[in-house]
Amino acid sequence: MTVTRGRPLRGEPEELDIRLRADASSRRPVLLAFGSAIVWLLIGSAFGDVASLKMHLPDWANDAAWLTFGRIRPAHLNTMIYGWASLAMLGVSLWMIPRLVHTELRFGRLAEVGIVLWNIGLVLGIAGLLSGRSDGLEWLEMRRTFADPWFVVGGALVGLTLLVTLMLREVGHLYVSVWYIMASYLWFPVIFIVGNWPTWRGVESAATNWFYAHNALGLWLTAINLGAAYYFIPKVLGRPIHSYQLSLLGFWALAFFYALNGMHHLIGGPVPEWMITTSIVASVLMVIPVLAVAVNHHMTMIGRFGALRYSPTLRFVVLGAIAYTAVSLQGMLTALREVNRITHFTQWTIAHSHVGVYAFVTFVLFGSMYYIMPRLVRREWPSARLIRWHFWLVLSGIAIYVISLTIVGVMQGLALLDPQTPFRRAVEVTIPGLWVRSFAGLLLTAGHLVFATHYWMMTRGTRRAPESPPFHEVRPILYAPAGEIVEEVAR
Amino acid sequence: MTRAWLLMLGALAAVGFATLILVVVPALMLVDVPRPPQLRPYTLQQARGRAVYIANGCIYCHSQQVRDPAFTTDVDRGWGSRASVPADFVYDRPHLVGTMRTGPDLLNVGQRLPDANWQLIHLYQPRSVVPWSIMPSFPFLFEVRDSSALPRGARMVNVTGRHAPPRGKVVVASADAVALVEYLLSLERDYPVPRVAGRSVAAGGRTVHTMP
Repeated sequence: MTVTRGRPLRGEPEELDIRLRADASSRRPVLLAFGSAIVWLLIGSAFGDVASLKMHLPDWANDAAWLTFGRIRPAHLNTMIYGWASLAMLGVSLWMIPRLVHTELRFGRLAEVGIVLWNIGLVLGIAGLLSGRSDGLEWLEMRRTFADPWFVVGGALVGLTLLVTLMLREVGHLYVSVWYIMASYLWFPVIFIVGNWPTWRGVESAATNWFYAHNALGLWLTAINLGAAYYFIPKVLGRPIHSYQLSLLGFWALAFFYALNGMHHLIGGPVPEWMITTSIVASVLMVIPVLAVAVNHHMTMIGRFGALRYSPTLRFVVLGAIAYTAVSLQGMLTALREVNRITHFTQWTIAHSHVGVYAFVTFVLFGSMYYIMPRLVRREWPSARLIRWHFWLVLSGIAIYVISLTIVGVMQGLALLDPQTPFRRAVEVTIPGLWVRSFAGLLLTAGHLVFATHYWMMTRGTRRAPESPPFHEVRPILYAPAGEIVEEVAR
Repeated sequence: MTRAWLLMLGALAAVGFATLILVVVPALMLVDVPRPPQLRPYTLQQARGRAVYIANGCIYCHSQQVRDPAFTTDVDRGWGSRASVPADFVYDRPHLVGTMRTGPDLLNVGQRLPDANWQLIHLYQPRSVVPWSIMPSFPFLFEVRDSSALPRGARMVNVTGRHAPPRGKVVVASADAVALVEYLLSLERDYPVPRVAGRSVAAGGRTVHTMP
């Protein structure tokens, strides 16, 4: 629901007052988190584009060690996961928890310190990677000596702020988004410390590596963004979530099954067979939480797709939720041995991870920011056109990205699997897809530049903000003044 | 749900359970993985090379694992004669088993491509020996110097053809490049599966009989 002059509002004045106080209390840390997240998004996009181009232009910009593919690629991943996504998630959770528990954020300054520490860890970690200081474990490359402690302490400060706020809550019932967010602040330090534990060697090192990396996706990125989707879809539609029971089932099934998924990254590898089998079974069991969440999100949405036209939040979040269903089903499929023997070690995996981290996580985060920002700076987004450009650039970019890499991934996998086919063939079939991917990456980067510009214009107030939300003319009314949902207004 | 502590306890139980199953139990089971007699711990030079491998992200394109022939065709492709087993990795910290095969598997590259000079040329400019390769060149691991003023013990790299240095110059490998090649050549884990009390620990920890 949009708080705008001249539009009908729902809820008692008291309730509105709580929202205003909650938003005011979280304003500073959330803006700090979002602002730095967007800077990292731009840096990470540049890393991604350079790494992508280098895959088909292997002699381009190779003279300096820091520019070599094997350093730029982990810099891209770590910037995007810990810079863009995680910082944006810190912001989203700092905004949502006070709203959901009807009170002000407590110790907001502590959260600000936490965000600053997190950023320091990133600067050190990424600079370390570029200068050749890596722990050598995928998703855990940043040095455990001088980079990782900043994340543990910074994350703990933000988590503590949220915990205190939760304890002083003024509601009895905890909404499903609160479960996901609060749980992920417990999960993240556990898996991060287990993953970084320095004594693992040999196949244990491989197992803990993928225990961490998969859970970073499942128990950190997925959890907070599902929490956000659970909040924004019903919020924008003004309609309760489809089923409370399903959301309970979805949450606990995710907690218990997702955490066991990691070993499917090592199918066929040297770790004990029973571990891999456990993860394959858990991967298939993920059908339970995924369907529970999918039914809940999509049934809430059903019959209301018209609202996608006027709410950028809804557009991004609903597409993100659809991508979550899609990426989870694809993940289950990929965990099956018969599929995995083709797709493992190929570009298919890269496409798959971008459906997850981009089409799901990043879309939900964009959608969340579109909703949260006007409520923090108390101005509307200045330009409907820039929102449109952002949306269509990133949507076409990610679609082209995923389709091209998935196709060449399968071709590469089939070539690798046939011993009569020379290895050369497995390289050559990917080249056209890699070119197309670079093009798609440039579209995504262009979209990010549009978004960052728009964000800058909004926070600086460099343009007179419109009085109504950017797309309100598309469909001016969603609620009757009494709070009843009205049917689509005939135009 | 109304009780925050119940939520937190449940959440911790979930991740604790998974940690128990996938981290603690395997750690207990894998303590007595045998050290294969044919597999030597890394020398200082090889360890340095391994650090160069990690620093420059070779893992993002190269795996180090041979998968079970019953499952895939790694063995038919000539990447090894048997599936790799936990014992093959006892000295690896961190592991480098990898998740991508943009380039070929390297677990037995020391056996497959044992020529150090070839390895150095290939690192300096992969396309001078493998024209279709998309591996990055690593010029920063080498120096192009005047052939008249070479320090004693300089390791020259015989690059010919299109990528050869200009007349009067030679390509000299850095200590890092030499160490990296030492490491690559040490990758040879094709010995028979090590025995544990008359049995062997094969791929995936299943106990099977050793090959004769």
